[in-house]
Order: sequence, then C-alpha cells, then structure tokens
Amino acid sequence: MSTVTSSGTAVVTLPADNQILITREFDAPARLVWKAWTTPELIKRWWAGERGEVTSVEVDLRVGGRWRHVMVADGGFEVAFHGEYREIVEHERIVSTEVFEGMAGAHSLNTLTLTERDGRTTLTVLAEYPSKEVRDGHIESGMEGGMQESLDKLEQVAASLG
Amino acid sequence: MARAATTADAFNAVAEPRRRQILDLLADGEKPVNDLVSVLGLAQPLVSKHLRVLREVGLVEVRDSGRQRVYRLNARPLKDIHDWVSGYRRWWSERFDRMDVVLAELKESEDGDEHGDE
Repeated sequence: MSTVTSSGTAVVTLPADNQILITREFDAPARLVWKAWTTPELIKRWWAGERGEVTSVEVDLRVGGRWRHVMVADGGFEVAFHGEYREIVEHERIVSTEVFEGMAGAHSLNTLTLTERDGRTTLTVLAEYPSKEVRDGHIESGMEGGMQESLDKLEQVAASLG
Repeated sequence: MARAATTADAFNAVAEPRRRQILDLLADGEKPVNDLVSVLGLAQPLVSKHLRVLREVGLVEVRDSGRQRVYRLNARPLKDIHDWVSGYRRWWSERFDRMDVVLAELKESEDGDEHGDE
C-alpha cells in the first residue's frame, strides 16, 4: 500500500533569466513516472491538475514526433499545448518543444529528467525560453551576465511579507 | 510589444544579476553605499546606477546618515514576482498531486501481478 507523502511539494525556481525549473519527487520508480508521463490514457488523468478536464492527448513518442494536449478549463475555455520531441532516452530524459497555442511567441524548449534513487524518482522540468521577455513578459538583459543566481532568496523575503 | 523601460517594475530591476546581488546584501541589513562598492568590487558609478534603478521601482530606500548614503531593502515590490512564481508552482503542484494518484495505482497493479508489464 503506497502512501502519498509528497503532495504540494513541487519547487519552482528561476535559475536564469530565460528559465523556469520545476522539481518534484515521486514515490515510484522512474519506469512508472515515465509511463505516467508518456501514456495518453494516463496523461488524461493528471495533466489538467485541478483546473479542468483533458479532452485530447496525442503522443508520437519518437524523435521528430509531435505531441499535443488539450484541456477544457473549468471556466469553459480550451487550453492547448503542442510540440515536437527532440531527444528521447527511455525512463531518463525527454527534450521537447512546447508551444502554448493562442499566445504568439509563448514557446519553450523543455528538458524532462528522471532520476531514481531507492525506488523514488526526482523529476525535473527545465523550460528554456528564447528570452526573458518571452518568459515573463518583462525585459532587461544583464550587462555583466554570466552568473546564474536564483530568485529564491528574494522570494523568501517576499513570502515573509505574507 | 514596445520594450518596457528598464525601471518599469521589479521584474525588470531584478533581471540584472548584480542588482539581485545588491538585494541579497541588503537583505542582511542596511548598508552604506561604500560597503556595497567594496563587496561588489565594481566601480562606484556602476553601483550607483544599479541602486538608482532599484530605487525607482521601490526595491531599495535610502537615507542620509552624516556624510553617508545608507541603503536598505524594501521587499514589498518583490511580491509581484513571488505571486508570479507561485502561479507556476500551484499549476505544477496540482498536476503532480494527480500524478501521485496515477502512480500509486500503477504500483498497486504491478504488485498484484508478479510479472508486471515490463
């Protein structure tokens, strides 16, 4: 009998100005996380989260193959994403593009990584945008650049404000 | 979309790594500009320029102390950034919580079938 112990523990950070990194651990081997991530019938059950129902899932899991997921949000509107698979290492890694349909320029290159340890799997998704402008709609390139610094500390300060 | 001015908001201000470094330093307590200059190892005018940007979006405040200008952090404008990041976290957390349920069932069905479906 498995117990879900990791509810709500996804961590989101901004490692660089054009990146978003999502990290989450699962109480399951990488093989099963992979299966949940790539099998259409299973994707339908989790991909919309609590926001609505998944109405269509297409997965052509091969390099150059396309994927497309559509959900109807609780507000009644459709939200669709699609992309192309660039790299696939079974149970370990998927590099794919992701386009948010209906918003020009809203696209990223996503790297999914699965790392298994003691039967548990750490999943990370690194989303890289062509620019910070695309990432969050705000601009300003760093003059000095080079260093990657997360906003975690700032976030903690902000969070402490309630 | 027109390019927003550098100083439009906190997002723009903290896009610059040195400005984030300044905020990190000020998070430990207020500091005179000279301290910032020596820790950062940058030319004083460059530090002042970053401080001006941070001031314009309200992320730092300044007071005169004798002959020194002392800067301190005002984190309130960071709330916009925090909220933005939190939106992503909620979205992914909800998805992953559902994945937990799917994974628990996959594990159970494997346990129930010794040979699994490998």
